[in-house]
Amino acid sequence: MNDAGSQSEVDPVTRFEGSLSVQTERSMTDPPEGDVVMTLREVAVAFGGRTAVRDVSFDVRAGEATALIGPSGSGKTTLLRALNRMHDAERSATVTGTVRLGDLDVYGSDTDPTLLRSRVGMVFQRPNPFPTMSIYDNAVAGLRFNGVRKKALLDEAAESALAAAALWDSVKDRLKAHGSTLSGGEQQRLCIARALAVEPEVLLMDEPTSALDPIATKRIEELVGELKDRVTIVIVTHNMQQAMRVSDRCAFLLMGEDKAGELIEFGPTAQLFSEPSDPRTLDYVNGRFG
Amino acid sequence: MTAILDSAVDPIVERRRAVQAAAASSLRRRKLGSMVALGICWLFLAIAIVPLVAVVVYVMAKGLPAWNTDFFTKSTTPEGVPGGGVWNAIVGTAVITTVATAVAVPLGLLCGLFLAESDGRAAQTLRFTADVMTGIPSITVGIFGYIAIVRNFGYSGLAGAFAVGFIMLPVIIRAGETAFRGVPRSLNEAAMALGARRATIARRVVVPTALPGVITGVLLAIARGLGETAPLLLTIFGNQYLQWNPTKPMSALPTLIYSYSSQPFADLVQVAWGAALLLMTVVLVLSIGSRLLAAYLQKERR
Amino acid sequence: MTTVETPVPRKTRQRGRWSLPDNGYRGLLAVVAILFGALAVWFLVAVILQALPAFSTLGFGWIFGRVWDPSHGKYGLLPFIVGTLEATAIAVTLAFPIGLGTAITLAFLVPARIRPFLSTMVELLAAVPSVVYGLWGLIVLAPIFRDSVEPFLTSILGWTGLFNGPDSGTSLLLAGVILFIMILPTMVAISRDVLIVVPVEQVEGAMALGATRWQVLRKVVLPEARTGILGAFTLATGRALGETVAVAMVIGNSPYIAHSLKSSAATIPSLIVNNFGESTGTELSALFGAGLVLLVIGIVVNSAARWLVSSTGHESAGVEVGR
Repeated sequence: MNDAGSQSEVDPVTRFEGSLSVQTERSMTDPPEGDVVMTLREVAVAFGGRTAVRDVSFDVRAGEATALIGPSGSGKTTLLRALNRMHDAERSATVTGTVRLGDLDVYGSDTDPTLLRSRVGMVFQRPNPFPTMSIYDNAVAGLRFNGVRKKALLDEAAESALAAAALWDSVKDRLKAHGSTLSGGEQQRLCIARALAVEPEVLLMDEPTSALDPIATKRIEELVGELKDRVTIVIVTHNMQQAMRVSDRCAFLLMGEDKAGELIEFGPTAQLFSEPSDPRTLDYVNGRFG
Repeated sequence: MTAILDSAVDPIVERRRAVQAAAASSLRRRKLGSMVALGICWLFLAIAIVPLVAVVVYVMAKGLPAWNTDFFTKSTTPEGVPGGGVWNAIVGTAVITTVATAVAVPLGLLCGLFLAESDGRAAQTLRFTADVMTGIPSITVGIFGYIAIVRNFGYSGLAGAFAVGFIMLPVIIRAGETAFRGVPRSLNEAAMALGARRATIARRVVVPTALPGVITGVLLAIARGLGETAPLLLTIFGNQYLQWNPTKPMSALPTLIYSYSSQPFADLVQVAWGAALLLMTVVLVLSIGSRLLAAYLQKERR
Repeated sequence: MTTVETPVPRKTRQRGRWSLPDNGYRGLLAVVAILFGALAVWFLVAVILQALPAFSTLGFGWIFGRVWDPSHGKYGLLPFIVGTLEATAIAVTLAFPIGLGTAITLAFLVPARIRPFLSTMVELLAAVPSVVYGLWGLIVLAPIFRDSVEPFLTSILGWTGLFNGPDSGTSLLLAGVILFIMILPTMVAISRDVLIVVPVEQVEGAMALGATRWQVLRKVVLPEARTGILGAFTLATGRALGETVAVAMVIGNSPYIAHSLKSSAATIPSLIVNNFGESTGTELSALFGAGLVLLVIGIVVNSAARWLVSSTGHESAGVEVGR
């Protein structure tokens, strides 16, 4: 069903020009309600006195990809990084509200951030393989950090993770080579493999394709679809079509007048893009600002 | 998902359990190791700061008692004779450093300008030479000063200035080149587009923009020159009396400190402390001052 | 038919003072550069020429001779070479870990606001003139070493055989410690600079995998900064090798190979500075020769250091040590 709408945007992957609200290959039905893996309630992040994002509450469900979408400056990345306590390193940062992983209070005083990060992994915007390490060492770096020493386990996890990242076949004969010998897209998949090897329950992805060319982007988007069953994914993207292609649910954030991002709407992707409840969401998905 | 999963042996879940087990059991060890290692790093920082504090405190404690009017106005007297001072050494240091600076700064800055503007083989060789020169042992520079000047003209303040200038020169060249290179190309190009000559561009655009870096570099070079002892020991010979003429043997603060320090006479050692305090104060003021100046000028530019 | 000619503008005089025409400007710079080059060449030639008589009279073996006794015509540089190496070894053994640890703290552990202050304090160590360190070492530290530090170290480390002999204060150990203080700022400043430029993405990537801060440092940051740190270390070594006055004031100046950390020793610079004034003839030539040997060592080490640091693409602003 094609509706040649008046707003058009060139989607870098499919090179399709057309209205956004219709072109979707996914079914229009909402995703089934899986188990809740992470919950966010009234989460806010502030730096010094300045609030960056506030009033965020939603649930992340198992086996799904949840996308954080919105224009730049709306606090998507800030929110994402709060989920694995990356803001701990920033002295001026304060995170309020509740984030739970299963029944673990992420910001509880008993919770160890290092242990948390073995359960909630992260992939960054620009591929960041460790330059002094080989491909194999990169893949198992997370395991080694967490005290895993048995070679058998390391090998098994490396192969599984690299295979899941669609990289195993191309690198299995050169595992000792340096990570920098890979192309940009391959490097990012190596980083994904590295994160996967630790077998986290949740994988956070911060605009993982924005530094990549269209073909590499497409492969990673496919990967997200394949990985969903293995790890729950939360992905930040500024590309609406990408959100439509890969995610089951979306959280739409927008910067308010106080320059702080807030959650406007959360819901199944298909619904958010076709019949959003909030007019601002409608404006965004129709490309009226971005 | 088409794989048939026997939930009891899902390898992923198994691995997850294994990883979490390893993570949990190693956590204490890892955290403790991290704390200890970082604690040692902090300790080392403390160790690094202690000597500076200790030196400054001791030098002040032992040097201040030597500071009186005579100290600053009278020349040195032999052991046992009261009322002496280090005026002759102050004059010597001042004259030598001034001469060295007056020669090294223009020469060094022009060289720095040359290096900043060209990248040919000649420039690369010179740059490498200047770099290597900063690492030449100062005693060897003193030997050079002896060979070049003292052999032919006798011990003198000029020989000392020659040696000290030789040490200051590469420092100024490198600082100058760095500062001049820091001038954005766009400024240069804009001036050229307006038809200005290169000399004018240098005088009106490059030098003023690079001035903060240049001043800092020069002040630091002077601070370094003030502290040089070994080259002076071989070239100026020392002088008990006040001497303004640089063509004659002169006294200087560093050499005075050096020779008095090993004397068995307490009053001479006292004078050495006083001179050390004076020298250290001037050098530290220059060093700190140049940093503050650089920071201030940086802010002004914004 | 008249052709319309637009007048070709002459090089206009700048308002204000006259400026050199471009050729003159470039010529001036070239002359200065040549002068500098000539100075460097003059230096090399002079030092080498003056050292030659020593080698023609004494051959080459004297560099490794064990006895320095001019009154009996014996010249041997070995005690001084060894002394130089021993003092330097003590200094760098201390400076490497402590300097690196300090650099790590400054680069990653201290709050950003006080970092400049603390960094400056460490760097100011380099500004203090060498002769002041010598005075302080000789009069303040030597008695402390003789009365407290040496007995203490002897009691716990005497089994190593490095602490034989009487507690003397002015010794190889003291010289090594003073040298350590003097080269510390070099080690710290350059290491800190190379640590800071490790991309934050590497650090974050490691943290996101569940690494502790030390694990991040050890497995990611330090390996990446490895070459630059080595360069810092080599540069600090070069400084130690060339240091003259402070060492001469505290090392005791005994022309024999030191077998204990507590014994007096001598270095090539201290040899030269102590004997230059009164020596003549062969002895003077030998001193020139010693100066050449020192120069060669210094240039080799410093060049290696600069090459290492520059291969990281990092410009060291140069923490200069006053001698």
